Amino acid sequence: MPRISVFMIRTALIHLALGALIGGILLTDKGFHRWPWFWTWRAGHVHLMLLGWTVQFACGVAFWILPRLDAAGTRGALWLAWFCYGALNAGILLAALSAPVAGLVGRERIAWMSPVAAILFVAGIAAFIAHVWRRIRPWGAVPARGTSVGDYSGST
Amino acid sequence: MHRQARVYVKTAFVQLLISVIVGALLLINAGLPLHPRLGLFLPVYYHLLMVGWATQLIGGVALWMFPVRSRERPRGDERLGWMAYGALNGGLLLRAVAEPAHAITPRSWSAWMLAVSAVLQVCGVWFLIIALWPRVRERPKVNRSSMGGG
Repeated sequence: MPRISVFMIRTALIHLALGALIGGILLTDKGFHRWPWFWTWRAGHVHLMLLGWTVQFACGVAFWILPRLDAAGTRGALWLAWFCYGALNAGILLAALSAPVAGLVGRERIAWMSPVAAILFVAGIAAFIAHVWRRIRPWGAVPARGTSVGDYSGST
Repeated sequence: MHRQARVYVKTAFVQLLISVIVGALLLINAGLPLHPRLGLFLPVYYHLLMVGWATQLIGGVALWMFPVRSRERPRGDERLGWMAYGALNGGLLLRAVAEPAHAITPRSWSAWMLAVSAVLQVCGVWFLIIALWPRVRERPKVNRSSMGGG
């Protein structure tokens, strides 16, 4: 498993652990109504589970198992995947913290957090798609050692 | 595919079927009112889909396909995977009953059922993470100089 996949999958598992913990506290509070302030974490729960867990895990596994670009095992531009990792996790952090922090410092002071998170999500996912696009192709369509993808015109 | 992975994946698909039936009823209810309390199943629908199907399917496939731990114990302690399976599905089942019941008439027993369901789901997820964590690793580097020749 390549290093970027290890980082993405382990971070996704951490998001899953945190997301489940927040969800568990919210579900318990549905019954007992003891911690109304904790509901500011509801949006964070959704972001952690959808983007932090599911999407990030899928990206990590995709980077690992999708076909390589050539017989030497090249996976293409690695920086795009690392950029995705950074942008996605920074976005999740901002999106998850925006509502709880708004309760502490006021909504006006953190108005920038959600738009910045949104830009980071789009940029991160776009970078990952740019990386994997060329790797989504038929089995056996790996060019022989010493030739580049551009030279290859494989049959389906 | 080993037995544990098969059980995870098949249960995930059963949960997918149940969740799309619940989702279909919610959708029909939005246009053609069937029952005023049907809307209370919306959180149950989301969690059956995202935890019962997506997370459980991912867990099953990961337990099957992730790099093995060792030749002697390729998947580590499989009891963790079974504990995760029991807790996750038990917690979801409990939630599917308790959440709408508590929304209709809040009672002490339904509140406690929600709490137990929450603990089970959190434990289920954490057991799964503990089972998978050591298997998320880079390929060990082969020290060719120490392999010797001949």
